[in-house]
Amino acid sequence: MDQFTLNLLFVGASFALYIGIAVWARAGSTSEFYAAGRGVHPVTNGMATAADWMSAASFISMAGLIAFTGYDNSSFLMGWTGGYVLLALLLAPYLRKFGKFTVSEFIGDRFYSKTARLVAVICLLVASITYVIGQMQGVGIAFGRFLEIDTTYGLLIGSCVVFAYAVFGGMKGVTYTQVAQYCVLITAYTIPAVFISLQLTGNPIPAIGMFSSTESGEPLLVKLDQIVRDLGFAEYTAAHGSTINMVLFTLSLMIGTAGLPHVIMRFFTVPKVSDARWSAGWTLVFIALLYLTAPAVGSMARLNISELMWPNGTSGEAVSVEQIESAPEYAWMATWQKTGLLDWEDKNGDGKIQYYNDANEELQAKAAANGWEGNELTKFNRDILVLANPEIASLPGWVIGLVAAGGLAAALSTAAGLLLAISSAVSHDLLKGQLTPNMSEKSELMAARLSMAAAIVVAVLLGLNPPGFAAQTVALAFGLAAASIFPALMMGIFSTRINNAGAVAGMLAGLTVTLVYIFLHKGWFFIPDTNLYTDADPLLGPIKSTSFGAIGAAVNFAVAYVVSGQTKETPQHIKDLVESVRIPRGAGAAVDGH
Amino acid sequence: MADQTTNATTDVGEEASAYWSTNIRIIKICLVIWALVSFGFGIVFRPLLTSIPVGGTDLGFWFAQQGSILVFLALIFFYALRMNKLDREHGVDEE
Repeated sequence: MDQFTLNLLFVGASFALYIGIAVWARAGSTSEFYAAGRGVHPVTNGMATAADWMSAASFISMAGLIAFTGYDNSSFLMGWTGGYVLLALLLAPYLRKFGKFTVSEFIGDRFYSKTARLVAVICLLVASITYVIGQMQGVGIAFGRFLEIDTTYGLLIGSCVVFAYAVFGGMKGVTYTQVAQYCVLITAYTIPAVFISLQLTGNPIPAIGMFSSTESGEPLLVKLDQIVRDLGFAEYTAAHGSTINMVLFTLSLMIGTAGLPHVIMRFFTVPKVSDARWSAGWTLVFIALLYLTAPAVGSMARLNISELMWPNGTSGEAVSVEQIESAPEYAWMATWQKTGLLDWEDKNGDGKIQYYNDANEELQAKAAANGWEGNELTKFNRDILVLANPEIASLPGWVIGLVAAGGLAAALSTAAGLLLAISSAVSHDLLKGQLTPNMSEKSELMAARLSMAAAIVVAVLLGLNPPGFAAQTVALAFGLAAASIFPALMMGIFSTRINNAGAVAGMLAGLTVTLVYIFLHKGWFFIPDTNLYTDADPLLGPIKSTSFGAIGAAVNFAVAYVVSGQTKETPQHIKDLVESVRIPRGAGAAVDGH
Repeated sequence: MADQTTNATTDVGEEASAYWSTNIRIIKICLVIWALVSFGFGIVFRPLLTSIPVGGTDLGFWFAQQGSILVFLALIFFYALRMNKLDREHGVDEE
């Protein structure tokens, strides 16, 4: 059986499983559509949240970004897990006690203001749509690879599948499907990593293998540092970027994690307040299984790729064009070339492909001496690394098929969760909460589905010209959530002083400065070539657009505090509401806010 | 549960505020550790940890890519256990 059929088989079988579960657990009422009737056990909820959370960015993109940058991209690892500490300590139990369906309902009630609720909905929509763009990129790459077509077509086909899938059921269908998706994606991520770790270090646990020695007795990371240095790249384990930027970037990802609606919504679906605390812990257990493996995948793949391009060592001859075209261990290069995400060119016509950093002066001297005319591995999109990894390591065909299915599971589960958050924001908060309160349940569900369709069209249009690699696009969404939603939620619980005017002014200020900073660097509305600055030379010293969310959050806190001090005090019944949210007792089933 | 007496409201109020200030204290301790392992050991203080080798690199690198995640996990489970106990101590648990 050839690889294409094998991929199709794995992907087809996993899809059949998800659709089967979605049909079996189909949502009937609005309450089931949004919050699964609150009958979900913390472990089940944790697993589903982990699948919801770990998207194309975590599965497909993150290890690739770490592989090509090394230590400097540790921010993704710390940021996307550290946010759960904030979520578990500062938000989850209180929002569960409050007992409504959506994040903006909490903000509307706590800040006794329809305007606050409307502003929250706008913040949620901006962050979620940016997030969906990143997901669609991942979907495009995964479909492009396994159907062996250009990523643009992959994106179009993928978006139809995502839409059909998300429209099927609400949260209930999605919860059980996501449990299945978690199992598929974690198996798909771990198995190749275990194989590769065994090949390179003899240790079956990748997270330990990464810090072990290779066959020659030399530690893996020392060997990797040596090879990338020889090729003129930055040392893998050393810090190169600005410390301030790394701190702010990590912080933005952490705060953003605790401010994203589709993750917070999950904690509304557990039966009790104490379960909400446990649930956050279980979620992080399931996430950590992948996140502890990811840096190992990154470093080992970087080593494998470098050795494949220089089979005789960095001082020997580079790989020949003939070898790439005929040897089985290089077959993956031809397959990935079809997606348009990998390419090479024999610039100096010597029949070999020299892969090195042609911006490095030392290497330029070496290149001149050897007659090289620039780096000949001309294109290597970071987002293909995880999907190509089993092929790079020459693993058996079924592993490759499994990884294709896992990548799709990751992208699909998050895209579906986000579409659900978007549709509930539009139909439940915007239409039913503000514009047409007398809407019937049936037309609310219809509006929910229509807004999903609109969101996916926008995401596909923007996904065709994405503002960065998938994980970077997603990082922008986190910055937006960090600057707008998280501060409002936290102040709503921990301070009775912040009033309606303060919250509205804070959210608007945080969202606006962050959005403007991102657009200045990534182009207005992400339209290419409309940017005034680049992340290589940002407006504010070392602070890149992906790191600005933490500053936006600080602006939000400061503005809310100052404005609240100048305006009318919070009324007594709201102070009582805050008091009641703080203690678990009396947490009944949540009620629909209307 | 405890008998409801006439001054139950004030008792409940005092109990709730004692509960809340203990909670805030636990949160602060946890967040200090949270920041120390990630921003501290993983990033800012990494140059100070270069003398401690871990598998071909240094302790700071290990904290940035592995250690901080493990500490985060421990923190969340510690908080859940501690708070569920605190809920019962102050009689504010969900039965």
